[in-house]
Amino acid sequence: MGFRCKNLGVTYKTQNGELEALEDVSFSVSDHEFVCLVGPSGCGKSTILKLVAGLLDPTTGTIEFDSKPAGDRPRNAMVFQEHGVFPWMNVLDNVAFGLAIRGVPKAERNAIASRFIDRVGLSHFIDSHPHELSVGMRQRVSIARAFVNDPEILLMDEPFGSLDAMTKLVMTEELMGIWSRQRKQVLYVTHDIEEAIMLGDRVLVMTGRPGRIREEIEIPLARPRDLRDRDKSEIVKIKEHVWGILEEEVRAGLRGQHEPS
Amino acid sequence: MSRRKIAEKMIPFIPPIILIATLSFLETITRMEILPSLFFPPPTAVMATLYNMTTEGALLDHLSATVIRLLTGFLLGGIPGMILGMMMGWSTAIRRILDPFVAALHPVPKISSLPIIMIIFGIGFVSRTIVVAVASFFPMLINTMAGVRQIHPIYFDVARNCGASRLQVLRHVVLPGSTPFILAGVRLGLNVSLSISLAVELLLADKGIGTLIWMAWQTMRIEELYATIVTAALVGISIRIFVQLLLNRCVPWATKART
Repeated sequence: MGFRCKNLGVTYKTQNGELEALEDVSFSVSDHEFVCLVGPSGCGKSTILKLVAGLLDPTTGTIEFDSKPAGDRPRNAMVFQEHGVFPWMNVLDNVAFGLAIRGVPKAERNAIASRFIDRVGLSHFIDSHPHELSVGMRQRVSIARAFVNDPEILLMDEPFGSLDAMTKLVMTEELMGIWSRQRKQVLYVTHDIEEAIMLGDRVLVMTGRPGRIREEIEIPLARPRDLRDRDKSEIVKIKEHVWGILEEEVRAGLRGQHEPS
Repeated sequence: MSRRKIAEKMIPFIPPIILIATLSFLETITRMEILPSLFFPPPTAVMATLYNMTTEGALLDHLSATVIRLLTGFLLGGIPGMILGMMMGWSTAIRRILDPFVAALHPVPKISSLPIIMIIFGIGFVSRTIVVAVASFFPMLINTMAGVRQIHPIYFDVARNCGASRLQVLRHVVLPGSTPFILAGVRLGLNVSLSISLAVELLLADKGIGTLIWMAWQTMRIEELYATIVTAALVGISIRIFVQLLLNRCVPWATKART
């Protein structure tokens, strides 16, 4: 199920007056599409995810979901940067949480949750609490929970941002494996340009605050992709192009004044 | 084993060593009459008195009167304190409305409200218990409020993203997330309840550890005076152990939240 964001704007009220986080953001995600959002830090990438998830209401603009009456939101699942797993629940209860909320009987939800825990390689830790797990393992719990909820739209906020490079590669491959089987719509936030290009069908490059979509880039790579092969000339070309845009934005941000382009 | 690890293993033995050393020191200087043993009886004499009071006297009666008072008072004040603290922690509006009142009433010494409470509820058991309740209300309220407020906002987002209702957020996020702080409040609340119970008993009750302290003082039975105070200290230790058991049982995940 695709969706369209139209002219989204978000303004926060702070003690120093109003802060414009997003300005006139429009884009769409079509069926089965994997879309990545990249941009300098603080540009409102996470805010866009929260808007799509319905955790935040836009100050201006609307989001339209296919085949849903206005105001109705399809089931979505968000994978947060960190703090996404409850420290007071063990792995099983964390993963089964969404099912428990929907009133799925215990035996059934534990069976479903166990299947996904197995898929992210945590079956030996099913009774462990998060403080007994590494950061990477906790992120896997988050991902398992998101998939268990069987979302129509998957929202991911730098899910592997806190992982080391090797774990990140393995986890990303795992994610692609799960995704290619289920083919959900994914909106994936990252500040890693290479990651965005390797994963996305399309990459949306954002400006510094207030965040706007500066450019949409189609990624013409065939699937399944080999995530380890990052030196192909076409990938390098896209990377340099995206980096060129982002460098401008980051430098503008460092100067503390963003010139609208 | 590193030196630090050996040092860490020693820690549990240090409190008993300090206790025994202090007691031996007191025993020596009182037996030698460096301190007059009439006013400062040797620890062994106090222990003997404590034993006699337990087996022959009415110490256990008085002890149970105090414990019942402190527990009833604590539950009567602590539970409303916890509920209100949860509301104030969760809702900014409620917090902003009630916070000035809490700030004004919290520092008032609770024992000083006893005369007013007696005017309203008479001079019986009810008044004495209500003072204890008022005293344990605030530590529970303030700790619960802090406990709810320190829950990371992302947990609320996660719950909402999974479609949780407000009641489900309360049950799965607010309650478990604030439990370590609530238990810290239980410890503070029980301690305050104990001191206020003793104070009330000193003033006007006919039964309880405080009463016993006062009676021992009035009749100049100094050894009983000390023995009763030791009993109060033992109640304090029991509170500590009880809360630790609750912590181990309820929040094994919060290893850092030791009270």
